[in-house]
Amino acid sequence: MEDNYLTHGKGLGSWLTTRDHKRIAVMYLFSVLTFFLLGGIFALLLRLELASPGKTIMNADTYNKVFTYHGAIMVFMVIIPAIPAVMGNFILPLMLGARDVAFPRLNLASYYIYLAGALVAASALFLRGADTGWTFYTPYSIRTNTTATIVLAGAFIMGFSSVLTGLNFIVSIHKLRAPGLSWSRLPLFLWSLYATSIIQVLATPVLAITLLLLIFERLFRTGIFDPALGGDPVLFQHFFWFYSHPAVYIMILPAMGVVSEVIPVFSRKPIFGYKAIAYSSFGIALVAFLVWGHHLFVSGQSELANFVFSLLTMLVAVPTGVKVFSWVATMYKGKIRLKTPMLYAFGFLQLFTIGGLTGVFLATLAINVHVTDTYFVVAHFHYVMVGGAIMSLMAGLHYWFPKFWGRMYPERSGRITFALLISGFNLTFFPQFILGSRGMPRRYWDYLPEFTVLNRVSTVGSWLLAAGFFYAAFYLYRAMRHGERAPANPWEANTLEWQTPSPPPHDNFPEIPVVTTWPYEYREKGFFPQGMVP
Amino acid sequence: MMSADVSDRAVTAAASHEHESPFAGPDEAFEAAKQGMWIFLVTEVLMFGGLFVAYGIFRGLHADMFQEAHRYLAVSLGGTNTVVLILSSLTMALGVGATQRGQRDRALLFFGLTLLLASCFLLVKYFEYSHKFHEGLLPGGYFRNEHLKHPKAPLFFSLYFVMTGLHLVHVLVGMGLIAWLLKRTVARQFGPHYYTPVELVGFYWHFVDMVWIYLFPLLYLVG
Repeated sequence: MEDNYLTHGKGLGSWLTTRDHKRIAVMYLFSVLTFFLLGGIFALLLRLELASPGKTIMNADTYNKVFTYHGAIMVFMVIIPAIPAVMGNFILPLMLGARDVAFPRLNLASYYIYLAGALVAASALFLRGADTGWTFYTPYSIRTNTTATIVLAGAFIMGFSSVLTGLNFIVSIHKLRAPGLSWSRLPLFLWSLYATSIIQVLATPVLAITLLLLIFERLFRTGIFDPALGGDPVLFQHFFWFYSHPAVYIMILPAMGVVSEVIPVFSRKPIFGYKAIAYSSFGIALVAFLVWGHHLFVSGQSELANFVFSLLTMLVAVPTGVKVFSWVATMYKGKIRLKTPMLYAFGFLQLFTIGGLTGVFLATLAINVHVTDTYFVVAHFHYVMVGGAIMSLMAGLHYWFPKFWGRMYPERSGRITFALLISGFNLTFFPQFILGSRGMPRRYWDYLPEFTVLNRVSTVGSWLLAAGFFYAAFYLYRAMRHGERAPANPWEANTLEWQTPSPPPHDNFPEIPVVTTWPYEYREKGFFPQGMVP
Repeated sequence: MMSADVSDRAVTAAASHEHESPFAGPDEAFEAAKQGMWIFLVTEVLMFGGLFVAYGIFRGLHADMFQEAHRYLAVSLGGTNTVVLILSSLTMALGVGATQRGQRDRALLFFGLTLLLASCFLLVKYFEYSHKFHEGLLPGGYFRNEHLKHPKAPLFFSLYFVMTGLHLVHVLVGMGLIAWLLKRTVARQFGPHYYTPVELVGFYWHFVDMVWIYLFPLLYLVG
């Protein structure tokens, strides 16, 4: 039997104690998918409850808990680790031409910290749950008699995992680039992971202290966020969003990185605006820290602050627009190969553009006051987080599938699933824009009868989405076991991960490769791998 | 953790089927470990930063309360602890230097002294806290001191306990790390060629010291 990372070391023990970044990535993958299933089931239950006005399957208190679980699971346990910890862990050292990340043991520790935090948070499900929403706004989160403290503790623990992964990636990119891999030859996925890591490292500690203070509110009545004890609940919102707004970019920046890899490979053209795409990731990371106040437009923030935050928020559209423009320009006159990863990149462009543009609507003060806390906001961030991050996760899962497992996924099934997901997604969330603009509030268990039709459409859409994801799980699992054997470089791509066998050997490369060119040299006469393994 | 990574691999790489080090050599590994530690300290600054922001906001809103409440802290004890911690930073630095020059006994002495000074800090803190508990100078909802009448005063003690408490946790972690250094120094695992963990724990200890240098004037000397 050939020696690769999957066969190197046998038995469960060799997996649980591994320091191999590829195996850690696989463990993250299965953990994240498990929580994705859980969060998805909660989403389906929510949509089912909203299929008709009044009580359908659960009472209002249960509904409050279910939307809290859905949000908390999807944000903290799925989308934040999905692309950095799964794709990043697997691909980053390979793209660098390195044997592993800088601190392999710390990497394994990050995984266990994530798992511990996720299990602590999930244990609340078996106690009295939590009904605060994933945002934990005070003073309600101080008063609720559910087990919110446990969920807070779980999120607090998971934060450390995110910080340590970010730290590991930053040091790896600085210190482990293969000979010849200068910054200007770095693949764009790594640029976006670098920007993501900076946000993880700088923002997450602020979440940690915020959650800790909230836990102290509940345990020791410290009162810093509690108006009844002289504290300030709006201060909680400032603290929370100082992390949680940048966290949105933790979700979307790596997604943009995946798209930046997929589009040139399947357009057979050099990427347009390499530097613009690379630097705009840092533009987004920088502005990310200056816009949190747009979550507080109706929380009693001063008008001057509202004005400044509104303006700064609109600035996010500039680096984002630079990226979208560059991707489209890359495809222009390219020889486009419509494989599944490319289809998902198209899906990303469609959904993310809608999500991003409605973000500009929301940044506009006059519109924001009208649609605050309505389904318009819900639709907006699902277009960004699901339409952007999850579409891109699917793109990455298919693009790197041959590298992960050494086998090909079935192309036809991939296309069918894409059709199911893109139509299901639009059917679920587009009606929510209309519902929100007509005034249906978010997080309500009940609604006026005139909203019934659009809610039904949305619920039917959620079933299509579920069908798509279940089908994907089915054929990907089968392909992982029995798919056709994959060559080292099935997509004729240039980055270093494709210059080593699929699946890669334990040490990634027989010899450390030497890099001689940038990664996007796709020409009519062929493609030019970034480096060769001697 | 990251520091141990490097050392363990040097010992076990040949024996196990783990990767060989991802680094070209020990110097690169050392540089990477230092960079990792600096980034970690940045995250620590941001975590304490949240508390300093909360402090700043409430100080701005209720300056008179801070003026009144800070008199209930013992400046002499806080001052003693400031001196103790600064001294411990000195002994730590001397210990790191001794390790780098291969003077093992000297290193043991200075790490031991650092641990002793840290214990002094804990002892003083213990007396301070028990006095506060006795006087009812407690956080938020548990405040029950009768002399301090300012309605917002409980917030001051919330901030006092959270800020010094989180710092105390860091002192305890630091003591654990220094004890670990002592154990490994006894086992002759450090020397002029390999002292990454010593250097990194040193960074950490100076950081813990620095946080206190901000906490002391902000809490004890605000008047």
